[in-house]
Amino acid sequence: MNEAKRVVDIAKLSLTYETSDGPVHALSNIDLCIEAGDFVSFIGPSGCGKTTLMRVIADLETPTAGTIRVNGLSPHEARLKRAYGYVFQAPALYPWRSIAKNIALPLEIMGFSKSEQNARVAKGLDLVDLTGFEKKFPWQLSGGMQQRASIARALSFDPDLLLMDEPFGALDEIVRDKLNEQLLRLWDKTKKTVVFVTHSIPEAVFLSTKIVVMSPRPGKIHDIITCDFPRDRNLDIRETPEFIEIANRVRQGLREGHSYD
Amino acid sequence: MTDGAARTNLLQRLWAGQTLPVIVVVAIVLAFWYAMVIPMNASRLRTTFENNNQTYTFSDLVAAAFDMEKPNLPAPHQIVAEMQKTIVDMPATSKRSLVYHGMITLESTLTGFIIGSLFGVLLAILIVHMKSLDRSLMPWIVMSQTIPILALAPMIVVIFNQFDVPSIAAKAAISAYLSFFPVTVGMVKGLRSPDPLQLDLMRTYSASRWQTFFKLRLPASVPFLFTSLKVAVAASLVGAIVAEMTKSEDGGFGARLLAGSYYGQTIQIWAALMTAALCACVLVALVGLADSLVARRMGAAR
Repeated sequence: MNEAKRVVDIAKLSLTYETSDGPVHALSNIDLCIEAGDFVSFIGPSGCGKTTLMRVIADLETPTAGTIRVNGLSPHEARLKRAYGYVFQAPALYPWRSIAKNIALPLEIMGFSKSEQNARVAKGLDLVDLTGFEKKFPWQLSGGMQQRASIARALSFDPDLLLMDEPFGALDEIVRDKLNEQLLRLWDKTKKTVVFVTHSIPEAVFLSTKIVVMSPRPGKIHDIITCDFPRDRNLDIRETPEFIEIANRVRQGLREGHSYD
Repeated sequence: MTDGAARTNLLQRLWAGQTLPVIVVVAIVLAFWYAMVIPMNASRLRTTFENNNQTYTFSDLVAAAFDMEKPNLPAPHQIVAEMQKTIVDMPATSKRSLVYHGMITLESTLTGFIIGSLFGVLLAILIVHMKSLDRSLMPWIVMSQTIPILALAPMIVVIFNQFDVPSIAAKAAISAYLSFFPVTVGMVKGLRSPDPLQLDLMRTYSASRWQTFFKLRLPASVPFLFTSLKVAVAASLVGAIVAEMTKSEDGGFGARLLAGSYYGQTIQIWAALMTAALCACVLVALVGLADSLVARRMGAAR
């Protein structure tokens, strides 16, 4: 495999929290490689460490063992180089900033010129279909629109890697389907690498090129499933036998990894 | 018909709004006050009547109680008349004018409030950014406020008299001493109010401490700041009045209160008290106005 194409390279990575009740093994012996242009989903029950793994990639958590490289750098160096955009479970828009100002926030911090900021904000608004809402404040937008604004914010400084932590978890099914399609278009158009955390099997199968099935206590990778649907797929593929087969394999993996004790 | 409808409409609006409840409360307070004026002043009036061998009825007693020169408790209309005389009728340059004294008090109040608030904000910034200061400074800050300001004020005046500083300095210092505390406490809470998600977001941009401060912590603290400033401005006025009771040669509401109590001029005391209270209301309302203007600019829901 071409080394340069490896966006994330994880080997034998573990993360243990020391608590007063003894050590908690959040992640155990993770091996994973994410290539440029991949759409990788982490799926698993609560407590399987999927969010933690993503936070390790983002240098928001520090692993206790093993190695991880992001763009060939340590996660810390990669973060300082602004290698990724992060979309959280909640939109986390700053309520005192208008939508345009929220999208411009990373640009202000990274020192883009005023005209460059304006151009990129306009482009970002267009990308997530929010043109016309730039002067609105977050509370004036619906949950789905807020989350779209937060995606525009994460993309505004054009990172090659997009980390998304259950971005549509709080939204209803219909909005979620629509945003999933929009996200796929975006991914196809921008050729970015996406890492996506989700609870939902259909969402994972629909979006991903690679599904990482995780299991809890300790958090580890149970199975990695490749999805070979075309990049310009649409929601109709959910009715195809191939889709259902992959979904079944994911469900099977989740069941095997899950202990109900 | 139209007239009747309009009247119901007016009544409904009064009932729904704040006006009617406020009027009712004020009416109750006034009624209670007037009722209390009679027993509070009765024994002295009886003695006077009896010493003069006058026969008197209850209505004589009531009339006399509402018209004493130095009552134990003056009636509201006496206070209003005194305020009318000393605020409106008198020239503002007169040493007996409450406008004259009010300006003196407001000067030290506002000076102390500005100094105290800035100092309070500065302390909060230091406390939030340095863990050691949080533990070492906070107990002292809390303790500073447990000392009665009445005991401390003369000390501060004496200390400031040692130095060649304007006479307002000691009074402003006492105001600042009272007003920094709510600002520090409120700002510490406000600067710490961003949730972990909002802070993580700044981390993903590798924002510096100062960028996180100016783009996240400071704007997040604004509602907390204004709440604190409302408390601080009222405390500042109290501080200035207490200071003026120690340093009464300069004048001000405090000096007026002190002079009134020397000579048993209860009406003068109450007039000064009421005017000071009105000033406090106006100051708090002004801070509230600034609050809503800023909140609107920061996109608060209207």
